[in-house]
Amino acid sequence: MDEFLILLFDFLPQETLRFILPLTKILILLIALILIVAFLVYFERKVIAYMHARIGPNRVGPKGWFQSFADVAKLFLKEVVVPTNADRFLFLTAPLLSLIPAFAAWAVIPLNETFIIADIDAGILYLLALTSFSVYGVILAGWASNSKYAFLGAMRSAAQMVAYEIAMGFALVGVLMAGGSLNLGTIVDAQSGGILNWFWIPLFPLFFVYFISGIAETNRHPFDVAEGESEIVAGFHVEYSGATFAIFFLAEYANMLLIATLTSIMFLGGWESFFAGSSYLINTSLAFLMEPSILWLMAKISFFIFIFFWLRASFPRYRYDQIMKLGWKVLIPITIIWIGVEGIMFLANVGPWKVA
Amino acid sequence: MKILNIIKTLTLIDLFQGLIVTLKNFFRVKVTVQYPEVKTPISNRFRGKLALMKYENGEERCIACKLCSAVCPANAISIDSEESEDGTRRTTRFDIDAFKCVYCGFCEEACPVDAIVETDIFEYHMTENHQRLQTKEMLLKLGEDYREKIVSKKEKDYLYK
Repeated sequence: MDEFLILLFDFLPQETLRFILPLTKILILLIALILIVAFLVYFERKVIAYMHARIGPNRVGPKGWFQSFADVAKLFLKEVVVPTNADRFLFLTAPLLSLIPAFAAWAVIPLNETFIIADIDAGILYLLALTSFSVYGVILAGWASNSKYAFLGAMRSAAQMVAYEIAMGFALVGVLMAGGSLNLGTIVDAQSGGILNWFWIPLFPLFFVYFISGIAETNRHPFDVAEGESEIVAGFHVEYSGATFAIFFLAEYANMLLIATLTSIMFLGGWESFFAGSSYLINTSLAFLMEPSILWLMAKISFFIFIFFWLRASFPRYRYDQIMKLGWKVLIPITIIWIGVEGIMFLANVGPWKVA
Repeated sequence: MKILNIIKTLTLIDLFQGLIVTLKNFFRVKVTVQYPEVKTPISNRFRGKLALMKYENGEERCIACKLCSAVCPANAISIDSEESEDGTRRTTRFDIDAFKCVYCGFCEEACPVDAIVETDIFEYHMTENHQRLQTKEMLLKLGEDYREKIVSKKEKDYLYK
């Protein structure tokens, strides 16, 4: 990626190149993200429709592929209504505050060996900081709306995020113990080898807890009490319309994509192939399947995204106290216990990872 | 028992059962009908928009007996009648309020001369309030325009009446 971009901007002086190069990468990533989100919405509607024995959107464009673009066009043509007595400044910045962390977190995520915007050593810390930050958008939206439904949604969301952030953090502790680094690229390297070398086997409970907390963190079904349309209409974004609502929507899906990507990177070996190191394929024409590639990462992300939608189509919403119980009394103890177990595994020298 | 419960909770068996149900449905054959392009077959007995029929020589069937308006459960039919030039009793007004009509078909059953019939037209709309009144002329015209369809429909259903 870098070499290609350097060739492309060859005519520029060295100082400008240093500036232009990351900027181009950011642009590529952002545009890709937004396009993926557009098709994610379509994919979600299709998956859920199929699980309901319906067909789903199929009118706009071939097979309904452009449905999301029609939706976006509609949303951006609508008026942004600011409620009476709402805090106008916070009301309008809240959607941005939820969108910015969702996008900014992608800076440290490596998509293959070379494509990464900022290869920093404390990648996981940065991610933890930014994913926690996204709750501000929700809280501020609920607060600034001057609406009781919105405020209730924001309060619920805040409590939920705090509860699940901890489980998520502990699950990450397990990963960085196993990976021996806070850098995501190094963590993927530590999982090199086939499907049996990935962290999901030794860290299975953490893998599970991380994904469940991820669903809760993104306020998706079955943990979407922050929206809870049957109880509090639409929760924190009940007063939002038009473009501001579209931005919340974008942030939610970008967050979902982020969680799916992180789970794939940290537990399913990122861009490593399923078959890496397999002795059956090595001298056959299928040997190319053993190469690490961004396509593997995409396949893994798609799998998790599908699970997001699958869960949404299957389960009713958790009751609020059940969510709290699950977070504090089940997920957090599981992670703490498993971190202990992992420590013992280190001492006993079992497990696929190399002891540092 | 308690231990069994804990195992059941931790293995998430119930949740996986639910997921399998949705996954089965995911691969189920979808039976949605793409409505405006594809339509489901309509029964010969389908009760749609009302129409008034004429005899083959062009004479109105309706004799203004008002049985239909009497039997109508929704009071949708209003009829005025007068003696016509040839001495027979004819309607001067025959209005059906499309907002009131419940398409029960009682009027058709009650009619002694098979004047009022139900077509299988169900896709129609109106944009102004006053258009809900279907006048005698409109009903007669509908009967003329769809005569063949209505007659064949009634003939096919005759055996099963």
